[in-house]
Amino acid sequence: MSTLILLLITGVGLGALYFLVASGLSLIYGLMGVLNFAHGAFLTLGAFVSWEMSRRIGEGTWLTFIITLVIGAAVGGVFAALTEFALIRPLYNRHIEQVLVTVGLSLAAVAIFEGVWGTDPQYTKGPEWFTRTTDVLGAQVPNDRFVTIIVAALVLLGVVLFLKKTRYGMIIRAGVENRSMVTALGIDVRKAFTLVFTIGGAAAGIGGVLASHYFGYVSPALGGSLLIFAFIVTVIGGLGSLAGAAIASVVVGVLQQITNFYWGVGDFVVIVLLAVVLLTKPTGLMGKTA
Amino acid sequence: MSPEPTNTLPSEESTGERNNTSAVNTVDKVARRVRVQPARSAQGPRSKVGAWGLGLAGLLLMAALPLLNISIPGILPTPTYQPGSLQLLAMCMLMAAAALSYHLLIGVAGLLSFGHALYFGAGSYGLAIILNNFGLPLLPAMGLTLVVALALSAVTGMVALRVTGIPFAMVTLAFAQAGSVLVRRNPGGATGGEEGVSPDAAGIPDFLIGVANTRNLYWLSLLTLLIVIVVVTWVQSSRAGHVAAAVRENELRVRVLGLQPYWAKLLIFVVAGVLAAAVGMVFVLLQSGTVPRQVSADFTITLLVMVVLGGVGSKWGAVIGGVLYTLLDQRLSAFANSIAVESLPAILHVPLSEPLFILGALFVLVVLFMPGGLTGAVRRLRERLSANSAAKRN
Repeated sequence: MSTLILLLITGVGLGALYFLVASGLSLIYGLMGVLNFAHGAFLTLGAFVSWEMSRRIGEGTWLTFIITLVIGAAVGGVFAALTEFALIRPLYNRHIEQVLVTVGLSLAAVAIFEGVWGTDPQYTKGPEWFTRTTDVLGAQVPNDRFVTIIVAALVLLGVVLFLKKTRYGMIIRAGVENRSMVTALGIDVRKAFTLVFTIGGAAAGIGGVLASHYFGYVSPALGGSLLIFAFIVTVIGGLGSLAGAAIASVVVGVLQQITNFYWGVGDFVVIVLLAVVLLTKPTGLMGKTA
Repeated sequence: MSPEPTNTLPSEESTGERNNTSAVNTVDKVARRVRVQPARSAQGPRSKVGAWGLGLAGLLLMAALPLLNISIPGILPTPTYQPGSLQLLAMCMLMAAAALSYHLLIGVAGLLSFGHALYFGAGSYGLAIILNNFGLPLLPAMGLTLVVALALSAVTGMVALRVTGIPFAMVTLAFAQAGSVLVRRNPGGATGGEEGVSPDAAGIPDFLIGVANTRNLYWLSLLTLLIVIVVVTWVQSSRAGHVAAAVRENELRVRVLGLQPYWAKLLIFVVAGVLAAAVGMVFVLLQSGTVPRQVSADFTITLLVMVVLGGVGSKWGAVIGGVLYTLLDQRLSAFANSIAVESLPAILHVPLSEPLFILGALFVLVVLFMPGGLTGAVRRLRERLSANSAAKRN
């Protein structure tokens, strides 16, 4: 029983990481029809810069951790905004080319990370409390799991509030729903494009910092490995749906942890789940159209 | 040639609609024939013979390279008769063949797949595993591998083609990822985990083993490329190829015409998968081993970069892209370790010593500023030249 609880919480934590990547992917795809292969690079850069900063200002304190979260979000957001501005915008409405550009960017970015920080994992150190465990119904759960889950939930809450309560959020939601109609009403959707990229990049940057504590290291391949599962989560959840991404992240994360622990087949179960969802409901759990 | 239904048109004075469409068809066909025929008789045969002659000459030259002593400093590491160059050239041809199989997907059917490496890996790992575990001779093992690859691409294709566009890209990526994970897991010690696996020499004929026999492997690679070119040309000009190309342009119209896009796309997908597996099999012989990278998403992206560099939609573009990428990748690694780069300041030295950075940046630039890749640029140049000469004549 205690093992199951540990697996559940760890799975939700993993799902939280997936969500931080998938939320941006899903919003970007929903609004712009772009599959962003560079999203993993946003995450990795956020993680690396935060790791560098935390070494400079002293590892292992709560203050450092919070500062690195902010830095991760800022770095991811700025990188994403620049990407949108310099690479995506010139190829407006040419979806395949936009995908190709992000593929090229992710190749180049990962190569640069390897050049600067090396291919070996760099180990991170969080506040001392992270290394301890908390007793939940008899299960000893590492504390960094809770932090990951709470931060991801806060990000979800923040994004939802932004989308529901602000004018730009409304434009984004309307754009996901029907972009040509929004344009026809005389609203400049392209500002919303940059905004969505920035939000997605910031979420990925936060995800990078959290992932570096969750896994205990940063490496140039960190983003790529999370990105593939985030893709799967986005398809299962339904492209363009934030709620779908949130639900699918948790389902995928928990399923992966449990099946990995008992039978060691977590990654395959996730892909089988993807196939089943596609065969029964090609639009995903909460998607509107294929 | 089977007689077209249009032949029965006059005798079958039946009701409106069908009659009408077939009449339109006839008119269209006649019009096409009329339009095409004069053009062909004017300049067609000569340029066609020329192209065939050129192709044949190129093929003979490639086939004769291992017997010649040609040095191309800066591009080839050794004279052409030595194993170093032959290995590199063989690799270029295999990558060109793999890019060509990918061209069937993206260039012909317009399917952006991120999982093509799975089928290449099925070929390379499949052959190695079958040779190591079943004790079959090479040819039956190859046949069995192709059957496995056929089944794999058919099953995954049937699922993945339920969706189109970007979701299709994600689903194929997920399947390839499953393959990649499986290979790294090393189930039953069959795939060798991160180390990769080497095929047992017992099943392979002697003339394909060892550095001294690199030229035989070179010829085998040349033959593979030739077969892939022939099959791709044939599929592209077949009925299914035309339907797939039409689906790429406008799926709804194809469906309205009563054709079935799904099956045409599936056929193209399976053919591309089997061809990739065939190339993978020769790859494992040439490299005498395979590693997990050959199943990873990175490898698919490499193929994508090759095709885009050469020009999406162009058969020869894919071949050129494959050769160029392989040469660049090889030479850039040498360049990265050269003293000239080492002595640069860190801000230049770090990016330049990463071949993938240069290739990635080059790729972005091509997508942004050179739509149609190399072949597109050549075509535009030629058009401009002919326009200039026409202007001069007037």
